[in-house]
Amino acid sequence: MTDAYNPMELMICVAARELLDGSTVAVGTGAPCAAAMLAQKAYSPNLSVIFEAGSLCPLLPEMPISVGDSRAGHKAVMVTTMGAVMETCARGYVDYTFLGGAQIDMYGNLNSTYIGGTHQKPKVRFPGSGGANDFGSFCWKMMVLTVQDKRRFVEKCDFITTPGWLKGGNSRYEAGLPEGTGPYKVFTNMAVMDFDSETRRMRVISVNPGYTIKDVEDNCGFELLKAPKITETEPPTEEELRILRDDVDPHRYLIGRS
Amino acid sequence: MDGGVSSEIQRGKGELFTDPDPDRARKFFRQKSRLMKDKTMPLSKAVEAFVHDGDYLALGGFGGNRAPIAACHEILRQGRKRMGLAGHTTTHEFQILSAGEVFDRVDVSYIVGLEARGLSPCARRYMQSGRVKVTEWSNYAISARLKAAAMGIPFVPTRTLLGTDTFEQSACIIMECPYTGKKLSLQPALYPDVAVIHVHEADVFGNCRIRGILKSDNDLACAAKRVIITCERLITNEEIRQSPSETTIPYFLVDAVCEVPFGNYPGNMVYEYFSDEEHLKEWLKVEADPETFTEFLQKNIYGCKDHHDYINKNGGMDKMLKLRAMEHLLYKEAAR
Repeated sequence: MTDAYNPMELMICVAARELLDGSTVAVGTGAPCAAAMLAQKAYSPNLSVIFEAGSLCPLLPEMPISVGDSRAGHKAVMVTTMGAVMETCARGYVDYTFLGGAQIDMYGNLNSTYIGGTHQKPKVRFPGSGGANDFGSFCWKMMVLTVQDKRRFVEKCDFITTPGWLKGGNSRYEAGLPEGTGPYKVFTNMAVMDFDSETRRMRVISVNPGYTIKDVEDNCGFELLKAPKITETEPPTEEELRILRDDVDPHRYLIGRS
Repeated sequence: MDGGVSSEIQRGKGELFTDPDPDRARKFFRQKSRLMKDKTMPLSKAVEAFVHDGDYLALGGFGGNRAPIAACHEILRQGRKRMGLAGHTTTHEFQILSAGEVFDRVDVSYIVGLEARGLSPCARRYMQSGRVKVTEWSNYAISARLKAAAMGIPFVPTRTLLGTDTFEQSACIIMECPYTGKKLSLQPALYPDVAVIHVHEADVFGNCRIRGILKSDNDLACAAKRVIITCERLITNEEIRQSPSETTIPYFLVDAVCEVPFGNYPGNMVYEYFSDEEHLKEWLKVEADPETFTEFLQKNIYGCKDHHDYINKNGGMDKMLKLRAMEHLLYKEAAR
């Protein structure tokens, strides 16, 4: 069965299962948007998708290229301002968000600003926060979809663009971020992780088919905690793959890359 | 700013590029004409009159979508330099302005990237050169800053940026809420010197209609000292008055109205035309080699008389009709 799907398809399918019917999710373009579309079509027809540029609950005809493009606003229930979307998150109406970045640390802090050099003269400049800091601050459950390697899973982010559990323990709430929010799960090509409820450190809960816990550890730049019982990640079902390939990403923009 | 606030907890170390004082802004707004007069002019004239070297510039739209691309090209043609810029999710716009090295300081929420399309090598080179002063924010932070300016107050309290390096490199201040004791991040009012906003329809006085998402353009038009409107088409004042709830920007905020059909090309203008993905892909590709890129810019910007000239060099009306069909998903209808 491992040959029947690629890592990107697996990540999208596994992540999609988290999005419960009747909830709200704030997403960007790419894999997170594909996961939300798949969830809508497979499990959660009443999942409301929200885009930072101002669109509420669109019916996505195809994958948007930009969160502000026509597709992202297609047959929405409302198109409004970015401030109104962010304030919806700030009021506690948005259940999930999916984020990514160039670096992630053991507390789920994310860097999408720069690597190397200094802030004013960086070695490699990335886009910056966009809406990520806001979504990561306000949405109830923050999730990450990313490829697992040592370059990305680092001991310390060069720059914390978006807050995870900050320094662990209670530091996130002490910084003033709303109670009950924070990183929830991380989906990679090798494993699924959550966060220990005391230390707030990243913890492996399941390993994807074809990988071992050692593979996961070898491709991580920090020490990972392990759940008492580590399971094998449930692979994509034929139905999930059919919807993903035929309805969500028929042109293979995303799932054709890996 | 005078002194500190007793309940101030922390202050970001980023530079504040604009003055957040609402009274100085009021003084400027006091002398702006309220007369409902014809403000139509060619785009070249509007840029000449209202966009100056050293000014702080903000653009409407969201990352290439409903963005004032024609105006960005004109700013390059007229050789503006040393400008400040609101990088409030600017994608293809940022790519263009970086190519002309138009700005030397930028408030960042999202720059350098073009979302799912990838990152701009040219914008990246410029941002890594050390020649641009950078202050970080998030999308909401810049929205709130424009909101504060639109409200005529020096800041808006939020709960974003807390705990992060984005805060450290911002010019935001964290203080204690006098009601609840919670930590609040105060976003300083942003009054741009000049804003350029591309809209669907406007009358000659500057009353504007925007369809689709607004991003922060309602507040931006209120916050900016001078506002240039480029529009897909002019409509009559009679039409505006028939359905005033559709007006997003009222005339008295506006200094210039320029009719520029397809003014957002090669971006996506919702309900009008989809983005030209092939052209945007080519743009990203040619940037990799500075010499090829110079030729490309000469062909598409510096060697063009105006935006029509640019469009004609890239497929003309045939291309525009194709992009219009794509916007309306007509290929999906045809496949049925």
